This record gives sequence, structure tokens and C-alpha cells, in this order.
Amino acid sequence: MKIPSFFLLIAALAFLPVARAADIIGVITLKGTPPAEKEITPMMDNPDCAAMYDPAKMPTTHFYVVGPKGEFADVVVSLKGVTGQSTGASAPAAVLDQKGCLYSPTILAVQTGQKITVKNSDTCIHNVHSKPTVDGNKEFNDVQMPGGADLTYTFPKPEMFLKFQCDVHPWMFAWVSVFDSPYFCVSDKDGKFVIKNVPPGKYTVEANHRKLGAQTQDVEVKDADVTVNFTFEVK
Amino acid sequence: MNKNCDAKDNRWLHRFAVLTAAATFLLLGLGGLVTSNEAGMSVPDWPTSYGYNMFALPIKFWKGGAFFEHSHRLLASAVGFLTTILAVWIWLKDSRKWMKWLALAAFLGVVAQGVLGGLRVTMKMDSLGIFHGVIAQTFFVLTCAIALFTSGCWQKISEQKLNVPRGLQNLVLATTVLIFLQLILGATMRGQHAGLAIPDFPTAYGQIWPDTSADAVARYNAKSTNPNTITAFQINLQMIHRIVAIVILSSVAFCALWKKRLDKFEASKVASAWIQNLRLVIGVFLAVQLVVFVGAAIYFGELNNAALMFVGPVYLITCALFTVISFLSSEIALGWLGLILLQIGLGMATIWTNKAADVATAHVLVGALSLVTGALWCIIAFGRSAEMPETETAPFGAFGTFATNKQ
Repeated sequence: MKIPSFFLLIAALAFLPVARAADIIGVITLKGTPPAEKEITPMMDNPDCAAMYDPAKMPTTHFYVVGPKGEFADVVVSLKGVTGQSTGASAPAAVLDQKGCLYSPTILAVQTGQKITVKNSDTCIHNVHSKPTVDGNKEFNDVQMPGGADLTYTFPKPEMFLKFQCDVHPWMFAWVSVFDSPYFCVSDKDGKFVIKNVPPGKYTVEANHRKLGAQTQDVEVKDADVTVNFTFEVK
Repeated sequence: MNKNCDAKDNRWLHRFAVLTAAATFLLLGLGGLVTSNEAGMSVPDWPTSYGYNMFALPIKFWKGGAFFEHSHRLLASAVGFLTTILAVWIWLKDSRKWMKWLALAAFLGVVAQGVLGGLRVTMKMDSLGIFHGVIAQTFFVLTCAIALFTSGCWQKISEQKLNVPRGLQNLVLATTVLIFLQLILGATMRGQHAGLAIPDFPTAYGQIWPDTSADAVARYNAKSTNPNTITAFQINLQMIHRIVAIVILSSVAFCALWKKRLDKFEASKVASAWIQNLRLVIGVFLAVQLVVFVGAAIYFGELNNAALMFVGPVYLITCALFTVISFLSSEIALGWLGLILLQIGLGMATIWTNKAADVATAHVLVGALSLVTGALWCIIAFGRSAEMPETETAPFGAFGTFATNKQ
């Protein structure tokens, strides 16, 4: 009896091991007491910015964004050493907004070649000044009028915590981390993170906080999600 | 040296030179405010401002950092204009050939400085900002020197055949060079836009000499509320700045003592009794404050904020008074010492106020005055000795002041 080749192919595929991508998930916790955040007092001297806030509740710095149980936000998590896999050119643009004379978000992560759209949602002028430290990433400094067109930037080289600042309002900062792969994320307010669709293999996961530096853990991704947690400590 | 310089003929030229020097001093202050407020790049284009002609920027844009940066550009233009007039005036009216070249140097200097400031913006190079700051100080010395050379006083000084002790001359010169190096250090610290590398004083991260290992620096950064990351290099730079400050204070104090010893032998140089008494009282008051300061710092480990809020301004005002009285009584050496004491107080205040923009800028300005005082003293001292045959030099001859005449 002749078996159709189509069925043979199906049977063969059924017995092949499936290379399924999985997620790397986890929670980041902070131990110890971080330094108290400071009220951004220079903002009070700027009428345009001060008008957007209640004088009794001026915004503060937020170097350490920590929940009541130590849930640690704004930690950049990535796969160390994974390069040359950027899909930034086709990825949707990441948005950096200037709102209330502050950058939002202050910690952002993108791929090399991925567009970063910078908006000005304020009614005052800002200048958008990127200050890369890696050769190949260009320093930009552009004025953005209130209601002005969005500005778009891309960076070709990986770089951790590339600084964006506004020199008109010198308390305004954002830090953009640029990766040469799509395998990264930033921990949320619950300290949780998810690096999606990681192909099977052995990796070093790196969690990097701007003030506390980097921690790494080795993991192996097979056919199920992998959990890896990090604990940072302020000594 | 300047036989053809007639002070009466050049009175208005001298006044104009003083005006140019005063405008340059204001420009230094405004430039200091630009850096202290981290506003150097707030107007990204040059020579236009936000695409407008620099002189026609609508007032609604003069806000935040742009206020400092744009005002700095306008005042710089005014100083450029004044310097150009001064250079042409000197070229036409002053018969001294070397003055013509000095005027040309001032003109080229102000043009170069303006272009450097512009390139710092368009090329986005922090290092150019450091050069810009250092050249600003040098240019201020040049304008003050021109003001001195166009004055009647300079004519008197250069016509006198006075004995100038070589040792004191050299010490003043060495101290002035050291102050200039200190200003370069300061400009480098400020030009890195890294905030305070060491947040405490008189200790440094709680120690006499801070640990600058990688672990320690990481620990400092973790605890810091400074948005920028501090490096070991920046910490070491500030420590060197502190040490050089002590060396400068010692050296200027030695110059002042030496000068006082010289003056003791010349009745014409002894200040009137009430000035001497007033200065003595202020000097004793200053000494008491310093002892209390250092004693409290050693005893408590750190200085109490409330105490600083009270003692700090009193100290600064006392130093300023001492300086003004000394200069008014033509006591350059004591005025110089007063400036250095004031400068050290402002340096401490810069740290204790977490680099408040006005305090840090005052620190820059008093630094500039200290440099100019040393430089002018050098010019006067070496100018005199150039007129004097070597054999007439006596080890403890008079140094003199602007107004005195030994002959």
C-alpha cells in the first residue's frame, strides 16, 4: 500500500522536538533603606513649571521607585551578551514624553535602530539633549516648542543608561538603555518583569539599576517559562 | 617704559578700559551662572537663538536655563563691542608699541572666546566649555592689566626706581600661577557637569581621604541624590582642589606677612591708626571664627546645619569687609589674603549648599579676583624691577603700593 508523502511529512514533524520560545519572568526586590528623594525645588523658581503643581506637593526625584514590600521598579533587565539580533527597525516607536516639566518615563529601554519619539505635552519650551557615551551614538540637542512636532531619534550602538536631559529645566532627566536584541524589559511598579519569546538556550540575565549597578544570574530556557528573581540592597 | 603715556590725555581711555574690565567681570559672573545652572546647552543653536536673530529673541523665550544662556550671549556681545572700541582707541591714541599689540591681543582674544563659546554649543563638547572658562579668566586678567597700563598710577609706578625683593616677587608669581592652575582644576570640575563629587566638608565621605575603590564609589553613588554618576577621578580632582587651596592660603598668608614686614620699615606705607585697629579687630574676629569652625568640625565630626546658616554668612561678610578695607588702604597683600579667605569660605559653602548656583558662581568670581590681584601684583613688581639696575636690588627693599612714591 502506498502511503501519501503528505502524511509521512506530518508523521515526521510530530516526532521532531519543538523549539518553542519561552518567557523569562521574575520579581525584583529592594532591601535596605534608599536615600530619601528630594523635592525638586528649582522648579518653584520657574513659573511655567511651578504653575502645573500644587506648591505644597511639588514633585520629587525618583531614583528609587520602591513599593511597600520592596517591589523595585525601573530596573532594566536584559540578556547579557545577546547581540546582533535587533529588530529595532521594524519595532514600534518608543515614546518619551515631557509632561509637567518632567520626563516620562525616566527609565526607558529600546533596541538599536528603534525609533524614540519625544513629545512635548507641556505649554513651555524644552530642549531635548541626548548625551551618549558610546562611540557611534550621536549627541542630539534640539529645541522643542510647546505644541511643536514630535522629535524622533535612533541610536545604532548598544548603551546602558544613555542620558536625555533638558537644559532649560536642568532637573529633567531620562535614561534610555539601548540593546542590540529584543530581549529586555523594565521592571514595573510591582517589581515584575517579563522578557518575552526567548529562544531555548543558556543565558545570563542581567538586572541593572542606575544607582545600584548590575546583578546577573544564569538561566536555561527550555520549553517553559523560566522564573528568576533579583534582590538589590542599599548598604 | 612708557615715557609717552600721559595719564591726563588718556584719562577717558583709562575709564573706558575700567568699564571694559568691569563688564568682563559681570560677564564672568553670568557665565558662571550658566554653568552653575547647567544651562549651557539650553539654546541649541548659535549664532542664532532658537532660530531668531540673537538680538531679537522674543522675551517669552527668556526663561529657565535659556534666560542665563541668552543673557550671557548678549552681554558677551557687549563686551566684544567694548573691547573692539578699546583696541581701536589704544591703537590710535596710545603711542606705546607694546600697548598696541596688547590691545590687538585683547581684540583677538574676545573674538576667539566668543567663537569658542559658540562652538561649545554647536559642537556639543563639554571640554570646550572648560577651555572657555579658563580663557574667560585669562581675558579678565588682560582687561584689568590694560586698565592698569592706561592709568596714571602705572606711569608713576614705572617711573619709580624702587628696590623690589626678588624672593617676594617670585613667591607672588608662583602663587599666582598656582591660583591659575587651581582655576583650571575648578573649571574642569565644573565642566564635567557631574555635580558635587564629594558632598561633605571638612571630611570627604566621612574620612580624611576618601576610599576611591570601585566598591566604595558604587556605594557613594547608591546613596547619592545627584542625578549623575560620580567617578573616582572626579573625587580625586576635588581632593586635589582642596589641597591646592590650603597651599594657596599658606602662600598668600606668607606673602602678606613678608609685605607687612617690609612696610614696617617705611613710615609712608603704614596705614592710619584707625584702619590698623579696625583691621586688627576684624582679623581677630576672623581668627576666632576659624578656630570655632575647625574646632566644631573636629569635635562633632560634622558641622551642624543651623550653626552653618548663622556662622557661614558672618564669616563671609567678615572676610569681605577685611578685603575691602585692605584694598581701600592700598594694602594689596592683605586684600589678597582676604580674598583667599573669602574664597575658601565660598568653597565650603558651595559644598554645604549642595552647589547652590549663586554660591558656586560667587566662588568663581572671587577666584577671578584672586587671580587678577596676584597677576597685577606680579606686573607691578616685575615692571618696577625691570626699571631698576640689578645692583640696586636689596633683599628687603620696599614693594610699594599703587599710591606711594619712595623717591
